[in-house]
Amino acid sequence: MAVIDIRRRTGYLFLAVVVGHVILISTQVTTKRGVPMLEEAVFGVFSEVQRVANTVTTGVRTSWQNYFALQQVQGENEQLKQQISALQVRLQQERSLAQQSQSLQKLLDLKTSTELSTTAANVIAGSASPEFRTITIDKGTSEGVHADMAVIAPAGIVGRIIQPSSRAAKVQLLIDRNAAAGALVERTRAQGVVTGTGTDELRMDYVAGSSEVKPGDVVVTSGIDGIYPKGFVIGQIQSVKRGAGQYSSIVIRPAVDFSALEVVLIVLSPPSTAHVSGPSADQGTR
Amino acid sequence: MRAAGVLIAIALALALQTSLARFLVGGTAALDLVLVVVVYVALTSGPVTGMFAGSAAGIVQDALSSGTVGIGGLANAIVGFGAGVIGQQFIVTAAFPRFVMFIVATLVHSALFMGMYVLLGLKEFPSPWAAVLSQAIGNAVIGIVAFAIIESLPGVMERRRFRRSSR
Repeated sequence: MAVIDIRRRTGYLFLAVVVGHVILISTQVTTKRGVPMLEEAVFGVFSEVQRVANTVTTGVRTSWQNYFALQQVQGENEQLKQQISALQVRLQQERSLAQQSQSLQKLLDLKTSTELSTTAANVIAGSASPEFRTITIDKGTSEGVHADMAVIAPAGIVGRIIQPSSRAAKVQLLIDRNAAAGALVERTRAQGVVTGTGTDELRMDYVAGSSEVKPGDVVVTSGIDGIYPKGFVIGQIQSVKRGAGQYSSIVIRPAVDFSALEVVLIVLSPPSTAHVSGPSADQGTR
Repeated sequence: MRAAGVLIAIALALALQTSLARFLVGGTAALDLVLVVVVYVALTSGPVTGMFAGSAAGIVQDALSSGTVGIGGLANAIVGFGAGVIGQQFIVTAAFPRFVMFIVATLVHSALFMGMYVLLGLKEFPSPWAAVLSQAIGNAVIGIVAFAIIESLPGVMERRRFRRSSR
């Protein structure tokens, strides 16, 4: 008999029968709110199941969305980093252009303020040897550049052309140990010769001991060397040592920053006729 | 065969309960013949059969008594299952243990039945002890008698056959 055959699962059967009866009773009994007990119990239990399921699905969905959002943020982050890099490069370019423009403006001002015939040239190379302080510019004989032409910058004297080629030229900087220029102290008009030392300083020699020279005085070109036009700033006296009869040592700090030269002007006019007009001596004094 | 016998017994008990019992005890339900049958089936056939018998009988009883269907069924099923388990674990063949068994079964059934009604707020049972106790004794007596009659039936039949054959 079937009833007898299922005796092995007595406990489960008993439980099933009890539950069955409880369900049967619950369908008929209503709660205080007038809702059948079974309905309320089922709803109560199922609402908890729904709550758990909702929590799980919401958690999974949120995690999934966060995962994708994180991926998107990562992509955006990379994109923004690239944009920042590009903008930084562009900013540097703009800044460089601005500086270049400013430099050119100064050069243009210098060109218009002088009666000199000049041509602008870009510095395309530095010195090949530390023993020689030279630069290479992109103008040569094809543009009318010749040896011993003065090279100036808005701040002051740069040097002279020593080796021109057809499309380039080597410029000996004033700070080279073999360079020299006729100079005078602007305030006292005391004359002397400025020579390079191979360092970032200049030395002024042959200044008469009777002349009044003191640190801070501006030294300009005298024009007597036949290379540099008169009145261009060489630098500012940094220190003075007086000797017997004449000054033993006058150290000049150059007006031009030779390490930052980008564009220079080549004075094409012969030095004998070249002269700075106006307050050129005030320009570029550091 | 046994299932059919159980169903027939339940049907007879219900018929007696609804018709004859009221004549026996002044019209009050001082006897629960269905419960007697359930306990009997449980003691003789085991807990599962007793449980199913109790469940079926109780549900029918509930349906006929316009009560909440299932409460009587659950109470009867639990009693049937418990009686069946006890019948398997202990020797309940003598009259007294059976008597006690019926008493306890009736008390448990009443407790479950009334307890569920009260618990669910469906019905009140003020001072039920006397009625329950009298029902328990009545059920026990009927149960003992029923056991005695049923168990004596095979012997009576055998003796009849013996008498016929000896003539």
